[in-house]
Amino acid sequence: MTDRIVDVARAVAPTADLELDCKGLLCPLPVYRTAQALNRLAAGQVLRVECTDPGSLADFPALARQRRLTLISATEQGGVQVFHLRKEAE
Amino acid sequence: MKTEARGHGGTEAREGNGNGDRRRRLALVASKGSLDGAYPPLILAATAASLGWEVGIFFTFYGLDILHKKRHKKLKVAPVGNPAMPVPVPNIVGVLPGMTAAATAMMKGWMKRSNLPDVPGFLELARESGVKLYACSTTMGVMGIKEKDLVPGADIAGATAFLDFAADADVSLFI
Repeated sequence: MTDRIVDVARAVAPTADLELDCKGLLCPLPVYRTAQALNRLAAGQVLRVECTDPGSLADFPALARQRRLTLISATEQGGVQVFHLRKEAE
Repeated sequence: MKTEARGHGGTEAREGNGNGDRRRRLALVASKGSLDGAYPPLILAATAASLGWEVGIFFTFYGLDILHKKRHKKLKVAPVGNPAMPVPVPNIVGVLPGMTAAATAMMKGWMKRSNLPDVPGFLELARESGVKLYACSTTMGVMGIKEKDLVPGADIAGATAFLDFAADADVSLFI
């Protein structure tokens, strides 16, 4: 698969407050671990997640919709998907 | 706001997710007591809980074995009548001694290699995520299963309590 930016803010390279390595994990673990990591973040903070489950490209935009997070970026490079999610104020 | 005490919270007002609307709700019926039948409801439940949804699973008939402390470690994959085996197993071969054990060991191997939890591990994860585990009381009576046989955190309930919960579900699946 070619490198691609799925979502907005292609020019922005966001800095992350927390990084999560979900490489080698299959659904539901990347989303489960992301949900747990989000609990440790304050509103406005950004989580960076790396995944290798190809379903993640569909799952993380859905997670963002369901949890009302902002998906700042979703990219794929060399079989690794990288997501930046911002936790919004509740 | 809670207006009155209710057994399983079916119609009580639901806690919001902070976004001005109520939490979504998933109601699952787990009716299968095979290893391959146990994973889908547990995976869906863990996922939905991660999305912030309320989740309840009604474990009924053979599906109750998923909550059974001893039996849920020994759930099996049936090679007979299963056309989806990676190497096609004719039914007449599938009935041979050891074939069920082989099919079961194969699936357990897949799950382990994929870093996915086993059934007790998924249940633990579900419980930690606040998933409600309804143990069908009729099944317990019919099959002679006692409360002490079940994993901690299982709620013994009849279909009425589960339907009360499921009545307000956004997604309901029978597995």
